[in-house]
Formats: sequence, C-alpha cells, structure tokens
Amino acid sequence: MKDRNVTGYHAVRWGEPIIYELGRKGRRGFVIPRVEAAVKAKAGDVISSVPEKMRRKAPPEWPQLSEPEVVRHFIHLSQQTFGVDSGINVGVGTCTMKYNPKINEALARSPRITELHPLQDEETVQGILEIMYKLQEWLCEISGMDKFSFQPRGGAHAVFTNACIIRAYHKLNGELDDRDEIITTVVSHPCNAAAPAAAGFKIVTLYPDEETGYPDIEALKAAVSKRTAGMMITDPYDTGIFDSNIAEYIKIVHEAGGLVAIDQANANCILGRVVIGDVGADLCHFNLHKSFSTPHGSCGPGSAPIGVKEELAKFLPLPTVEFDGSKYYLDYDRTHSIGKVAEFHGVVPNVVRAYAWIMTMGAEGLKETSEVAVMNNNYLLKKLLEIRGVSLPWGKRHPFRMQDVRLSLEKLKEETGIGIDEVNRRIVDFGVQRCFTSHEPWIIPEPFTPEPSETASKQDLDRFAEIFRQISTEAYTDPEILKKAPHNCAISKVDLTPSSDPKKWAMTWRAYVKKHR
Amino acid sequence: MPVHQYIPNSAPEIKKEMLKYLAVKDVEEFFVDIPEKIRLKKRLQLPHPTPELEVKRNIEALLSKNKNCNELLTFLGAGCWPHYVPAVCDEINSRSEFLTAYTGDVYTDLGRYQALFEFQSMIGDLVALDVVSFPTYDWATASGDAAHMVVRTTGRHEILVPKTTSPERLSVIRAYCERLAEIKPIDYDPTTGQLDLRDLRRKISSRTAAIYMENPTYLGFIETEGEEIGKIAHDNGALYIVGVEPLSLGLLTPPGEYGADIVCGEGQPLGMHMNFGGGLLGFLASRDDERLVSAMPHRLITITSTQHESEWGFAYTLPKRTMFAAREKATTFTGTATVLWAITAAVYMSLLGPQGIAELAEAIMQKSHYAMKRVSEVRGIEAPIFKSPHFKEFTVNFDKTGKTVHEVNKRLLEHGIQGGKDITKEFPQLGSTALYCVSEIHTKVDIDRLSAALEEVIK
Repeated sequence: MKDRNVTGYHAVRWGEPIIYELGRKGRRGFVIPRVEAAVKAKAGDVISSVPEKMRRKAPPEWPQLSEPEVVRHFIHLSQQTFGVDSGINVGVGTCTMKYNPKINEALARSPRITELHPLQDEETVQGILEIMYKLQEWLCEISGMDKFSFQPRGGAHAVFTNACIIRAYHKLNGELDDRDEIITTVVSHPCNAAAPAAAGFKIVTLYPDEETGYPDIEALKAAVSKRTAGMMITDPYDTGIFDSNIAEYIKIVHEAGGLVAIDQANANCILGRVVIGDVGADLCHFNLHKSFSTPHGSCGPGSAPIGVKEELAKFLPLPTVEFDGSKYYLDYDRTHSIGKVAEFHGVVPNVVRAYAWIMTMGAEGLKETSEVAVMNNNYLLKKLLEIRGVSLPWGKRHPFRMQDVRLSLEKLKEETGIGIDEVNRRIVDFGVQRCFTSHEPWIIPEPFTPEPSETASKQDLDRFAEIFRQISTEAYTDPEILKKAPHNCAISKVDLTPSSDPKKWAMTWRAYVKKHR
Repeated sequence: MPVHQYIPNSAPEIKKEMLKYLAVKDVEEFFVDIPEKIRLKKRLQLPHPTPELEVKRNIEALLSKNKNCNELLTFLGAGCWPHYVPAVCDEINSRSEFLTAYTGDVYTDLGRYQALFEFQSMIGDLVALDVVSFPTYDWATASGDAAHMVVRTTGRHEILVPKTTSPERLSVIRAYCERLAEIKPIDYDPTTGQLDLRDLRRKISSRTAAIYMENPTYLGFIETEGEEIGKIAHDNGALYIVGVEPLSLGLLTPPGEYGADIVCGEGQPLGMHMNFGGGLLGFLASRDDERLVSAMPHRLITITSTQHESEWGFAYTLPKRTMFAAREKATTFTGTATVLWAITAAVYMSLLGPQGIAELAEAIMQKSHYAMKRVSEVRGIEAPIFKSPHFKEFTVNFDKTGKTVHEVNKRLLEHGIQGGKDITKEFPQLGSTALYCVSEIHTKVDIDRLSAALEEVIK
C-alpha cells in the first residue's frame, strides 16, 4: 500500500485537538484595558443596575488558554488550510482563484482604512470616498453601466439586490402584481434562481440545447409573457461557454417588458472584450473576490458591486457615493431607493484592493488577463482531454472555452467505477487543491470544472494534467487506492452520517458533549 | 503588452509555445463564441499599467486625506463599534493560507473547517444555543435570514418588532421580507424605552410568525423583560428571535436561557477592525430542533469522525437544503460569506476566555456609565434619555441647549472629537438626540475631554 501511495507530498498532520480540549483552568490570553479608580467610583456598581434576572449566572464555558497556546493552535489550523499561495488551485472553477497581490493587502490593512468608522463626518473620510467613487467610474467603464453600489457583500447578495431593484422597478410602474416571474437558465449560478425566489419571484428555468449548451431562442420566446419581471443569468456560464444568444435574449425580454441582469462572476475572461451594458443589459454585478483579485478569505468577506443603467440608478441601495465637483459625499436622500440590503457601505477594504489591482494592471493588463486566463484554460483543457476517461460535453460545437470548462468523468465511471468523488479525494494526495464539481442538478454526469485563471504558470498546468493522468491510470489499474483516499492529507476519509442524522449532528462543542459524551 | 508580474504565461516565449500546442495562431481564436457585433473594439478608458511603487504612493496619498479613529477621538457606534483588536487577531487573519483559501473540502482545508466549528461552538456557548451556522454578512442580514426562517417554520407571515429597532437593520429586514411577511411595529414605554408588553399582547395573534427583539437595543439600553416577551411569543405559537451585541453577553443572561428560539447578532466587536463598516460579521444560532435546522439559511458544519480513531473530521449538515443543491427551493442565497472574520472571532474568543469576557463587559459598562454621568453634568444635556440599565451605548439629548446634533458635532470636530451618531431623523420623537458609544478603548482622559469640549460647544 505504502509504495503505491507515493506522490511526493504529504500534508501537515498535527492531530490538532478541538480548542475546548486545550488550555487549563485559570489561564488567560488577554488582559483587559485598565479602568481608572475614579471611573469605577463614579460609575458605581454597574452590575447591580441590571436586574438579577437579566444578569448572566456563569460566564460562557469557553476554553481557558494563554496567548502562546492560542497562537500555536491557529497557526496549526492555518497550516492545514490550502490557499492560492499554498499551491496549485487550477481545479477550482467558477471561483477564479487568482493570485492576490501583497501590495494590495498592505494598503488595505493600513490604519487609515481599518480605523475608519462608517458614520464619520464626510470631511474626515474624503480619501476613502474618492477611492470608492473612482472605482465606481472604472467599473462603469468596464461594464457599460452608469452607476454602481458597493453594498452587496457577496455575489449571491448582489443577485438578491438586483432582484430587489427589479421588484422596485415594476412596483413603481404598478406592474409588480402581474410581473412575478424571473427567467433563468439551469447553467447559471444557483443564486440566479435562489435570490430572486427569496425576493418573492417565481422562477422559470430554461435548459440548454443539446447541441449548443445554451437555451434556444425559441425556448425563451415561449417562456416570456406579461408575467415576466426579468431575466437573471450568468454569462459566460460555468461550462465555459459564452452564450452567443445574449444580445437576442436581452431584446426578447425587453420587448416583453422585463429587465435583464447579468451575473458577471465569470467576467475574468471578458475584461476589456465584452461590455455587457453596451450589449443591452440593465443590471450586472462583479465579484471583486474573483475577477478583481481580492482575497477569498476562506470564503469571505467578498465584495460584489452591482451596476445599473441610468434609469435604474434611483433604485440603488442607500447611500450612494457622489461628487459635487469639490467634495465627495454620501447621498441618503433618494426617494425611490430600495433602502438597505446590508449595513453601511460594503466591504470597503476590498474596494481599495480592487482599485489597486486595476491601477496596477491598467487597461492593457485587463485585456492581457482575459487573454491569458482563456489561453491557460484551453491549454489545460486540451491536456485533460488526452487523458483516458475524460470527455467534454458540447465539445464539437465548443472546442474552445472561456475562463473555465465543465468536463465529465462519465466514461471513467462506467469503465472503472471511479467517479469525481473518488478523484477529488485522491487528487489532494498530490498537494493540489481539489476540483470544483458542479452546482446541482448535475446535468453533466460526474462533472468537474477546472479554471486556471491568468496567474497559473505553464508548469502548474502541466503538473496538474500529469496528476490527473496518474489518477486515471490508477482508476484503471488500482481503483482501491482511490476508494480509500485520501492517504496523504491531514485526515482520512470522514464519516458523513452525522450530516443528516439529528441525533448525531453537532454544530457546536456543547451539542457534541450532550450527544456523544 | 509587456510581460506582467502577476501573469507567468505573459512571457512571449511561453505564450508562443502554448499556442503552438493548441494549434492556434492567435488568442482571438479562443473567443469565437463571442459574436463579432458585441465585441469591444476600443481600449477601455482606464489607467495605463502602473508600477507597484506608484500605485502605493497614489493610494497612500488618497488615504492620507482621511482622519481615522487613531487621530480622532470617536464616540460613534450604532452597529459598528470601536473596540481594541488584539495583535494576535491580525496575525492569524493575515496568514496567507486563511487569507487566500476559498472552498476546498475538509481534506485540504481541515484547518478552515475546524476554525469554523470552533467559531460556531464559542458563539453557541455565548448565546446558550446548540446550533450555530456559518457566519454571514452582518447583523442586519442575519436578522433578515432569521425572518425567512420563522416564516418557513411557522407558515405565518407577520413579524413583530419594537419601535426601538435599529432603522438600518429594519430597512434590511424589510428588503428581505417584502412579499414574504408583514413587519408590525410595537410601541415602547416613553420613560424606560422598554418594549410595551400591553401593546405586544394586543398585536400578537395566530398570524404572528415571530417577535424580533434587540438586546441591548439600538438605543443602548437593556430590555429587562426578555423572558416575559418570549413567553408571550410562545403562548401564541410564535417564535422568538433575539438580536445581540456579543460583548454584552459577558454580563447579560444569554437569550438561549430566556427562551430565544433564534439568536442573531453582530460579531464585529470580536476582533475585527471597523474598516469603514467593512469589518462586519453576522452570526445566527438556533435551538437544536430539526425544523429549525432544516430552515437554517446557511451552511452548517458538524463535527464527525474519520476512519482513524483519533482524528476529528467535519462535514456539512443537510447540504441539500442550500442553494447549491436546491436552487430556488433553497432556504438561502448566501454563497461567499465572512469566514476570515469568523476565524478571527474564534481567535478573539479564545484569547478572552470566560473570565476575560466577564471582565471586559464590566469594564465597558463602567466606562460608559462614567461617560453618561460626566456628560449629563453639562448644563442642558440629558444622558441617557431612558431610565433603564445601559451597556455601551446611550442617548444624549441636546434639546435644552437649543443646538442641533449637527451643530454640536461640527463644533466637536474642531476639538478633534467625532460625536455620537445623529439620530434626529431616525427618531424625531426624541428631539435633538445623538447615540454615543463608549468602550474599553476610552480612558478617563478621553471622556473628560469630551465633556469639557461639550461644555465649550454648547456655551
């Protein structure tokens, strides 16, 4: 077994205890700032000012640790986490795992940003407002929209915000009761269905044509009606296919009286190539944590500014950032605004990071980004297609893809019994990040979706393809090794039964202790 | 385009080699699916590529136009509060593994999963509930999520909220609930600010999905009838949601012990810098009830075992309920959340420990009470308005000074002081009133400086 297992990699394996198992009674990791005697004396017995029934009887049962123990514990946990800086992440499609420049990090962590309160007097925050305003202008240039809001804190949140704007638009026109349907496509990100549903819309889902990979024009024509509030789709799709019908869709939906919002989470491949506002879209959003290089932060905080055309600008969340020719200010006085979708002004440090990135890249760098991201993707695609068991749905019609590509291991599964689950548990034995599969439903069997982005090197792509080849060989010759994988990671295969068993699941240590001790 | 420092394959030789392998003459061939008529034909009007040093100087010059809270003595709170951030918090959230990871599974990202489980666990102990979810954007969206949960769980479409609720959060709840539930305001006692139980009993009915209450309230005082309010909710078959500021729970009874079914709140005080409002971190907790767990709008991590006896493993609970699997039938639409901040909060709570949070809560309270007393000694100023116990925030009324909050704050700024939030528009019935926040970072000297400046300003 051991011999077959050699991959040249082994993850750090600390066997790190849960923090509740660490520490000892009486230790502390932080000393509270002093309270002066005069303050105490004048304040009086503050605890007694709270009625007994509202006074906590015992402090929370947190672990008791010293500072060095806390640091070591979390350093161990960080060492058992695989980021973009840790190694090859080219398998993680839809996520645009590009390099996050260190200078942007240094700038975003300046006290000149971190120590700003969102409600400070405008004259004390002119610098940050200027950055927000300028980034807004740049995003307008890139998207063809007229105005942006940075309030949404993630891509799905942006889609929700756009759904709220569509709702407000039809409400103002007195049509909301009739127009209650949002059309989407099944290959669009799931938030394009989930978020408008949360905003109270019914969802109509179009399926891709067998030959083209995107819905037929006729299917959309059949779907639109007086009930259509709008269309919310991702373009390009996670399949890596650019929907060539996009301009036609927009026309059809507009003629039916609906609005069109394009989820530009996959914009990395069209920067400086397609300006979606010019194509006719009414709303869009970008994920700064994807295309614009802000770090993913282990799953947030992200930032997903929404952009809209002039006629929808009045609906944007409060406040907007404005410039009167001499100073920047926040405009709260907007009658038709949808109000707030989150508190304050969004994840502002990411606005600064994205501003720095665009400035570093310049217009030429943005185009280069999309060009190399797409070249890298097609290079890896070709390499992967040379491997036994790998196939490309819609491959005849679309041999080249955009930022990512959705491939299938259907053939491998049929021939060896090994599918994407086993491959994903094995690939991490080689010191690379696993592949993204697909959101559900899996309209492609045994799917996987690589996306190299522009910051992967040719050596990374060659190495990744080589690992995939080795795994394919293992599937045909030695499938047991895949079934038992992983072997070289921080832990072995986990027991998934607590996931769906209320008697076993434990989302907190206190629940674990009650159920299992 | 010259070779770019972030793009390894922008080197011409490599590009040539890769294109040759692909049997392609020009990269434009890859873009064949983009119809000609929608391709951009011109250069974007953006800056030219800029070297790092110039970028740094440019942005630093812009940022130096700001006056931050190290330079300005601030008394702002209202949902984002100045607290001390221990150096360890920034050390851990700067670790590039945590910073640059995203959504790997437990085999590559064990540390991320474990830190999240520890975050969930410590929030659970803090609020005294057994289920805590993945973190979310902020308190406001967490309360919007809670609203969706109660509608789904009870099948009822009305949520009662006290009129003292944060208007900013209420605006988000309304955006989340339009076409889903009606938001009905409940009166408060004008003297104490406490939720008016008679009005609550009058308005609650079999249509009520839940009561949502904030404790401490937006206006800074503590709702003392938490248990009774929960009882009224439950007697009417409704659920009970409590929104909390976490540090207050070092001292206040956790909502799980006075009947809350769901707790939401703002985690920013747990080790996050204010970041112009970008440091927010919402949390959401519930009883360990299958119905509530099924309606939980976020991912949930459960602890589990592995094939090896001594190992801890982690997995997602009921993954099929999330939008990733259920699309429009999902209970949620949250994808990218705020995990870096949740990890930071776990670090902060570990540092603080049980004794630390109790001491911190008391210290904050002592300082804010000192401030209330000092400020109300200034002639014409009343602080706080409400006769109730307060935590770290309190109302300051200027009616008798004849000055507006706007005027006072502009003058304070000349003294290098940022006064409390002007809530005149949000609560017109309170007259010329500001919401002040005093935390552990404020010293006696700071507070005395404020009170001296106020004397000067309202003269």
